[in-house]
Amino acid sequence: MSLRIVVCVKYVPDATGDRRFADDNTTDRDSVDGLLSELDEYGVEQALKIAEASGDAEVTVLTVGPDDAKDALRKALSMGADKAVHVNDDDIHGTDVIGTSAILAKAIEKTGFDLVVCGMASTDGTMGVIPALLSERLGVPQVTLLSEVGVEGGTVKGRRDGDAATELLEASLPAVVSVTDQSGEARYPSFKGIMAAKKKPVESLDLDDLGIEADEVGLAGAWTAVDSATARPARTAGTIVKDEGEGGKQLAEFLASQKFI
Amino acid sequence: MLDHRLSPEHEELRRTVAAFAHDVVAPKIGEYYEHNEFPYEIVAEMGRMGLFGLPFPEEYGGMGGDYLALCVVLEELARVDSSVAITLEAAVSLGAMPIHRYGTEEQKRTWLPRLCSGEMLGAFGLTEPEGGSDAGATRTTARYDADTDEWVINGSKCFITNAGTEITGLVTVAALTLSSEENADGSPRREISTIIVPTGTPGFSASKKYSKVGWNASDTRELSFADCRVPAANLLGEAGRGYAQFLRILDEGRIAIAALATGLAQGCVDESLSYAAERRAFGRPIGANQSIQFKIADMEMRAHTSRLAWYHAASRLVAGERFKKEAAIAKLHSSEAAVTNAREATQIHGGYGFMNEYPVARFWRDSKILEIGEGTSEVQRMLIARELGMEPDRP
Repeated sequence: MSLRIVVCVKYVPDATGDRRFADDNTTDRDSVDGLLSELDEYGVEQALKIAEASGDAEVTVLTVGPDDAKDALRKALSMGADKAVHVNDDDIHGTDVIGTSAILAKAIEKTGFDLVVCGMASTDGTMGVIPALLSERLGVPQVTLLSEVGVEGGTVKGRRDGDAATELLEASLPAVVSVTDQSGEARYPSFKGIMAAKKKPVESLDLDDLGIEADEVGLAGAWTAVDSATARPARTAGTIVKDEGEGGKQLAEFLASQKFI
Repeated sequence: MLDHRLSPEHEELRRTVAAFAHDVVAPKIGEYYEHNEFPYEIVAEMGRMGLFGLPFPEEYGGMGGDYLALCVVLEELARVDSSVAITLEAAVSLGAMPIHRYGTEEQKRTWLPRLCSGEMLGAFGLTEPEGGSDAGATRTTARYDADTDEWVINGSKCFITNAGTEITGLVTVAALTLSSEENADGSPRREISTIIVPTGTPGFSASKKYSKVGWNASDTRELSFADCRVPAANLLGEAGRGYAQFLRILDEGRIAIAALATGLAQGCVDESLSYAAERRAFGRPIGANQSIQFKIADMEMRAHTSRLAWYHAASRLVAGERFKKEAAIAKLHSSEAAVTNAREATQIHGGYGFMNEYPVARFWRDSKILEIGEGTSEVQRMLIARELGMEPDRP
């Protein structure tokens, strides 16, 4: 039976744009163009590599997000994924990471899976806890933050590079993995891939389809809340130290005052 | 209907290539350019993206796209760098297209898959030391040797793009062949045919690279043929059809060059906008000065009208309509826009614009050839006038 790989991807505001919060302190997804999170592109790339190596695999990309999030799915399909699942429901607005993991887990179970691949974090929320939450909810092992990953038989193997040590890890399938931005550059879609993506199936699901009640998710169901948000202050001009014999000392004093030394 | 917007698929291709140009080409190309080196690594990545197979059918390893897709890509590449753009333009529009359009089934099966994947580059040998605009003045000859069933080629070609890289696989050469018919006075009649010459054929050699003003990360060579023998089966299409073949190839190629020139013109706007915002003089960004704003507004206008002109020509080409005049207008307008924009962008950059490390210096050096290659501006004006029904100026 073919290897069923589900890649979780997120449609995020372009980090090069002017990102901000909406009035209800949720991420403003309208004022800035969105795109497939760069960190999730690494997940798609590794899933496609595993699928190519296996020769008998099906890659499904899954996202939870508003209408525009289909752009992220289309990009992943253009790169070579086989099909897509889009969970979209007005009641999802404001859902926190706990709720998101519940929605993803239900959608993954419904799709069927041997391997779930995630990026290391989203580029908007940057929490990086979805893989662990999914592992718990799906009741399968997690092997996270891998810079190298592959599947051999019924086992997923990978390498995690830490500051102090490199770990070689493996887990039996089904499992959840996450890959880092060191796992290998994501491919650019070809024109053939872009054309083919138009014909690939995109399944749309809402909360009803997943058997999730509206009050379990959304702002009301969130375990965490953003009370206030303050924009980062604009950069100041900095201090110029003129060397009149005391330059070295003044530099050291400055660094010490900022607790750099 | 009047619509100059790209289809969603062409738009996605444009965005993909824009990201590639920004992330992969921009950081590395200056180094290649400075050292006159061919960017094999970048070309290989372009090959993996399928850019070399864009307008060719999937059965030959192509992407199943159209000429518009190729031009969209050329504009986005040239917005960052013209050397990689001209390498792609020459490989697809001049190298592979003649084989796709005029080749036998066997020639297509032999050459197209590798040309489409970018692992092999093809070149088109037309221009000669004594004949550029006057392509009918071809002097290179191909004599048919009935004993060995071969063509024997003698002559030389100049300014041939992609002819001497490590991955060049073939050059399609325009040469004089003997017609089966005679002239009225009984003398032998000469006609032009095109013949495929694989790299490495004895008697065929490429000179060392030219030292060029611009396009320094692209490969341009002079070629010589001394009793160079290739099988008779290497004839491309019918004997004697060479002139008609390359006129068609050049007409299309003008749209590609127009797209490339538009990219350069737009790249000048991009660079000038960011420089005008960050460069300060007399206590404020230079972009606050109306003189700079007007310059950039005019530059944007030139880039925009250039794009409309090549979109129009390309839409006629893709629709199977006559596009000769529109292609000449697009090529003429956009190449002049590119030269003007490059000059203005350099002016906005001041002294830094004269330093090779700034992209606008590359744009300035790369722009002039656009008024010369694939038909000079004078040839374009001649073509437009003829399309308007005006008589050639001949004694």
